[in-house]
This record gives sequence, C-alpha cells and structure tokens, in this order.
Amino acid sequence: MRLTRGEKAFQVVLILFISALSVTMLYPFLHVASISLSTPAEALRQGFHFYPKDVTFVAWERVLSSETVWRTMGNTVFRTVVGTVLTLVFLAIGAYPLSKKYLPHRNVFMTVIVITMFFGGGLIPTYMLIKGLGLINSLWVYVIPGLVSTFSLIVLRNFFMSIPEELEDSAKMDGANEFRILFTIVVPLSKPVLATLALWSAVGHWNAWFDAMLYMQDQSKIVLQLFLRRLVIANMGDPMLPVPSIEETPETVKAAIIIFTALPILLLYPFFQRYFVKGVMIGSLKG
Amino acid sequence: MEAASAVGAKPPKTSRWRENLRLYKKHKWLLLMLLPVMAWYVIFAYGPMYGIQLAFKDYNFAEGIWGSPWVGMKHFVYLFTSSPDFLNILKNTIVISFYHIIFGFPAPIILALLFNEIRVSIFKKVAQTISYLPHFLSWIVIGGILVTILSPTTGVVNHVLNLIGIDPIYFLGSETYFRFTLVLSGIWKEVGWGTIIYLAALAGIDQQMYEAAVIDGANRWKQTIHITIPTIMPVISILLILRVGGVLDAGFDQILTLYSPAVYSVADVIDTYVYRIGLQNFQFSLTTAVGLFKNVVGLMLVLFANYIIKKMGQEGIY
Repeated sequence: MRLTRGEKAFQVVLILFISALSVTMLYPFLHVASISLSTPAEALRQGFHFYPKDVTFVAWERVLSSETVWRTMGNTVFRTVVGTVLTLVFLAIGAYPLSKKYLPHRNVFMTVIVITMFFGGGLIPTYMLIKGLGLINSLWVYVIPGLVSTFSLIVLRNFFMSIPEELEDSAKMDGANEFRILFTIVVPLSKPVLATLALWSAVGHWNAWFDAMLYMQDQSKIVLQLFLRRLVIANMGDPMLPVPSIEETPETVKAAIIIFTALPILLLYPFFQRYFVKGVMIGSLKG
Repeated sequence: MEAASAVGAKPPKTSRWRENLRLYKKHKWLLLMLLPVMAWYVIFAYGPMYGIQLAFKDYNFAEGIWGSPWVGMKHFVYLFTSSPDFLNILKNTIVISFYHIIFGFPAPIILALLFNEIRVSIFKKVAQTISYLPHFLSWIVIGGILVTILSPTTGVVNHVLNLIGIDPIYFLGSETYFRFTLVLSGIWKEVGWGTIIYLAALAGIDQQMYEAAVIDGANRWKQTIHITIPTIMPVISILLILRVGGVLDAGFDQILTLYSPAVYSVADVIDTYVYRIGLQNFQFSLTTAVGLFKNVVGLMLVLFANYIIKKMGQEGIY
C-alpha cells in the first residue's frame, strides 16, 4: 500500500499511542507480581516495580500453603465446572425447541423469556426466594439460580436456526426423535458456539463473588474471589464478615494472592479469546 | 395455554383446543425438552417477582410476605419526601451513569476506529489481545491492583505525580476524585472488549465506498466522518439504547468493590444502597420499593430511548 508522508506519520503516532495504552493494560500486573516476590520493605517502597530487587518467595509460600486458599479455590472450581456443564445442557435443551418454528406457542415462550431481560425481581425478593428454597449455605446456590443466561440462550437459538433443515430431515425419516437429533446431529455441529458460551459461563463463575457474600454464611464454602476481597479490600469493610480480621495482611501476601487468583485467566485467555470474539459477533448480529 | 399475549394474530378460542392438543401430542418430546428451562424461568426469573409486592407492604418478619400489611405507596412517598438519603442516592446514580455514558460510551468506538487504521497486522492483533485482558478479570482482582497502585503513600501513580510536583491524591478515598477514578478505571477495564462489536461492524463496510471517496479527494479523516461513522450508526444506536436503559445501574460490582464510607456521599448508588440498607439493615420493604422503582424506570428509559432513536431514523431494538 502506498502511503503518503502524512499517513506514515499518522501510523507512527498511532502505534505509539496504542503501545502506550497496551503498557497501561499490562504494567499493573507486572507491578503487583513484582511486589509479590519482593521483601516487605521493598514492597512498601513508593515507585515503579518492574522487578523485585531481592526475590523472595515468602509471600507465595504463605499463599500456596494456606488451607483457606485451596478450599475456596476448590469451591470456585466446583462452581465453574459444574455450573458451566449444567448451563450448557440447559442452554442446549432450551434453545433447540425454541429454534423450531413448529413449536406450539413458540411466541409465548420467547416473550416470557425476553421479558426477563428487562424486568426482574430485584435483590431482596431474589434473596427471599433463595432463602425460601433452602439454598442458603448450599454450594448449589452458586449453580442453580444463575443457570440460564437469556442472552446466551438467544445466541444459541439463533445459531440452531441457521442449521439447514435437511440434515435433521434425513434423521427424522429414519425415525429419530428430537432428543437424538439434538445430541447426535445439532450439538456436534454447534461446537464453536457452545465453546464460546461455555467460556462465557466459566469466566462468569470464576469471577463471581457477590452471591457468595449474600448467600453463604458457612465460611468453608465461600469462593476464592470473596476470600480475596476480604483480604485485599478489607479496609473497605465487608460487613458480612462474621469476625473482623485481626491481623493486617502484609502487602506482599496481598499481591501474591491477587496474582494467584488472576493467573488462570491471565494464562488461558489469549488462547480462548478468539472464541469470545466470535461469540460477541454472532450475538451482535441478533441486534 | 392460549397465546393471549404473544405477538401475532389472536385465534378464536373455540375449536382450537383439539388442534392444540394434537400439536402438543405431536411435539411432546420438544415440549418435554423445553420444560426444565421454562421451569427454571418460572422459579428463578418470575419467582422473585412475587416478592415485589413487598414494595407496597410493611414487611413483618413474623407474618412473612403473605401476612404483612398493605401500605400502598407509603414507601415511595417516604423515599421522595422524607428520606434524607434517597434523593442523593438517585443523584449519584444518574451523575455517575452520565459520566460513564459520556466518556465511556465513545471510548470503544474511538479505539475501534484507531485499531481499524493500524496497518501493521501483527501489532494490531497483539494490541487487541492485550486490550481484552482487563475485561476478563474480576473487579476484585482489579480493585486489589488499584488499591495498591493508587495508594496515596506507596502507590506508583502518586509517585509519578510527586515527580511532577503535585501533592498526593487520595484517588479512592476522596470525594473529589472518586467518581473520576471510577469512570476512568471502568473505561480502562472495558474499552478493549467494547471495540469488538464495532470492529465487527467496521469489517462489514463496503471498501468501494472508500475508493470512491478517495477519488473525490477525501482524506482519511473526511472518510471517517462521512462513511465509517454513518455506516456503523445502527450498531451505535442499539448499544446506546441499551446503555441508556441501564442508566440506573451505574456499575454495582465496581462501586461495591471500590467504595468506602468515606465516599458514600458521592458514590452510593441505588444498588449499593439497596444492598446496604436492605440486606444489612433488614429494611426489606423499603429497598424492594427502591428496586422496583429502578426496574420500572429502567424499562421506561429503554422504551423511550428506543422511540427517540427510531424517530431519528435508525433501527431500534424492536
């Protein structure tokens, strides 16, 4: 491409600006990671932290040997895995019928579902429902109330609608019922979309903390994010915390646990981000 | 299960029953498949709506929802006349949302346009991937990082300000700077992710229009104003409608993580208020009223914004 001098200059400025922006996105993590490997005195030094002056693993040892860290991490893994799998199942068995024009009262179902995108019960009524259902202090409270995302349901439904009917017709002529068609034909064809929806759900579960704060009084069942919150945002006050934290957590340990919590996503997201990007594009076509 | 409220023509009630029954039998597997999902919606999406009546009652713990006495609009009247906090809460919510919209809404658009201009493909890909990073992390992780970086004593931002000769700023603890910090960090977190939809729209623009414009002597800037932006207007409109509809939301997750009693007066929004006063002070009825108010207004805003945008010639949500 032939670029004029002005356009070339613009490219340079543009690249510099975007580079600066990218640095602001990356540096904070470097900073905190460096602190997590620093000595306590060094950690409190004001200024840039690109790398630790004297590397020490004390903070990381403390984090990795903490029983609470692993227990809450286990809870997070539970909700992420179980929650995502169940969500996928429900999304599939929900989107498939809704994608069929011959579904009786299809419009009614769609209206009922779409309304929930704009109107809901609210915090208090939802809390009372959860309490009434006995889900307080149960690990299932992480999975069941958030089982279906209407947006994802619609995305999947639209995708199912784009699958050519001929593929299903031949199976129907062989006598297959709808369940078999769904699981043996439609689902395998939908792998990319399902992957995207799965990742959306998984990230959502991994980062969730508010439901733990609201519904979980049993502290052994809280999630990693909530534990992190109590340590790191402790001075902001977590009124639900039954016992005030006596010991102030050192900066290095706070830094280590922040990186610990963020690490899985930090490492994995570059590989998965193309699924997310695709998903947003598919979803945005719906308008 | 008559399709009474559905979109479309209303069939006459007589003689439809047998038809419907036949249809149900024919598609029984399909309906069966749908059952768990609809059951979930009834229980978890519509179930809480039963509790909305608390907004019009004085909740009595012993009597439960059913037995608590009706008080009509008492709570709403209280909120707007006697409550010392509510009007301020409302103001905070609207102001913060406005900042988010005025600064946060254009940011991804501008960044998308900039990304679109980059000719070095690999740099573009890498920069985009990096820009998505903050979106994937929770506000707790980011909040923790912000607390460290913005610290008035040990934070690196204040270190830089110090070098320029500016006094330390309590970004998260001062009423003056909190909203600024809120909006800026919100943009930082979501701007990269927000570009995706716009880039998808930009990719769909017909290149021939640009070529014609070049022949007419338009430079890149004029091309942007007269081709690029008008073409992605439909996408912008829809997203703007949704944004305006959510004006009373104001970023609960972020605020709850970053705020503190020191900044309640400027940072407390409807959702944080409902959480604090409702679940902690157990004022169930009052806060249900607040929540209902928020929901209804939000819905009206979406409809209103949709109407306006349609009047302006763009496509709405429906």
